[in-house]
Amino acid sequence: MNASAKIQLKLYATLRKFLPDDCDELDIEPGSSVSDILKQLGIPDNEAKLIFIDGKKGAIDTILKGGERLGVFPPVGGG
Amino acid sequence: MATGMIQEIKKYAKPKSFPDSDTYKGISVEHVIRLSEQFEVPGKEIEIAALEAEIVPERYARNMKSYTLDDQVVLLKSTVSVVGLGGLGGGVTEILARSGVGTLLLMDGDSFEDHNLNRQFLSRQSLLLTSKAEAALQRVREINSSIAVRHFGTFLTKDNGADMIEGSDVAVDCLDSLHTRTILEKLTKSLNIPMVSAAVAGGSGHVTTIFPEDPGLKLIYGEQVDPSLKGAEASLGCLPQAVTLLSSLECSEVLKILLKKGNLARNKLIVVDLLDNTFDVLQLA
Repeated sequence: MNASAKIQLKLYATLRKFLPDDCDELDIEPGSSVSDILKQLGIPDNEAKLIFIDGKKGAIDTILKGGERLGVFPPVGGG
Repeated sequence: MATGMIQEIKKYAKPKSFPDSDTYKGISVEHVIRLSEQFEVPGKEIEIAALEAEIVPERYARNMKSYTLDDQVVLLKSTVSVVGLGGLGGGVTEILARSGVGTLLLMDGDSFEDHNLNRQFLSRQSLLLTSKAEAALQRVREINSSIAVRHFGTFLTKDNGADMIEGSDVAVDCLDSLHTRTILEKLTKSLNIPMVSAAVAGGSGHVTTIFPEDPGLKLIYGEQVDPSLKGAEASLGCLPQAVTLLSSLECSEVLKILLKKGNLARNKLIVVDLLDNTFDVLQLA
């Protein structure tokens, strides 16, 4: 069984500081949840308000198999 | 319409040409103002009568072809409320006034502070500590005296909000707090008014359009927004290039709603990040 897979990760606004250098080809364990990946990167769950997977709204417990584009937004309210 | 108004409009109409050499009849800003005084009606009434006689008010000449004469009439007969007159609201007020949206309801209880000057087009050094709503009124009068403005120097609350936004065809969320956005959304839903909402932090932001029957902000911020919750802008601030771009996107949505044209970002989030030049349209539901 393939032990690893890759995703493309994009972090917005305040989360940008957690972005790893290999964000375009981030290694993940297939079957990891979004929450697992955020934990790995040190991102608190409550700051990851809005999660997108391949351009569609996802959730903290969505399971990734590899090949996805994952985008994470913190709450943003300025104007 | 007052007797003789249309004859007077026709008298002042002059042959003009677009940059592509197509010709049209136009009426100048000066003559619209003169007729508005003569017939004691708002300038927009003169402009609507002119457009209905296929005479283009010169101030809207560069809207033409993208918009039809009828489209411009629709805009002049529309009412939009702009809630919050900071970075987003200043840009939105400017664009909607120049577009010829006939009635603007402008609200903000705040006064200008030094830290507004980086991005808020309504702010000026000479206006520090003065009312944002008053500045917005003056700005619209300077840009487009044809349109009607009602301004409210108060913050929107669940108790006073309905009185301010009632009668709007669209409400634009230009607020800067997460909690107040949810109050505005409740009001627009109860009054059956579509709402366009944008938010900015640093060089990134997002915009969406919410019709009364749409799930709306809960898709972005969750079911419950803690009144004390601060967004990422608390630490990243708001950059003028981002806030102004987002205000343009809000206006684009507002004008499409009013004109019933194009695709709206309903149940979608237009997400912009200027740091790495990404512009995505994401599916919320």
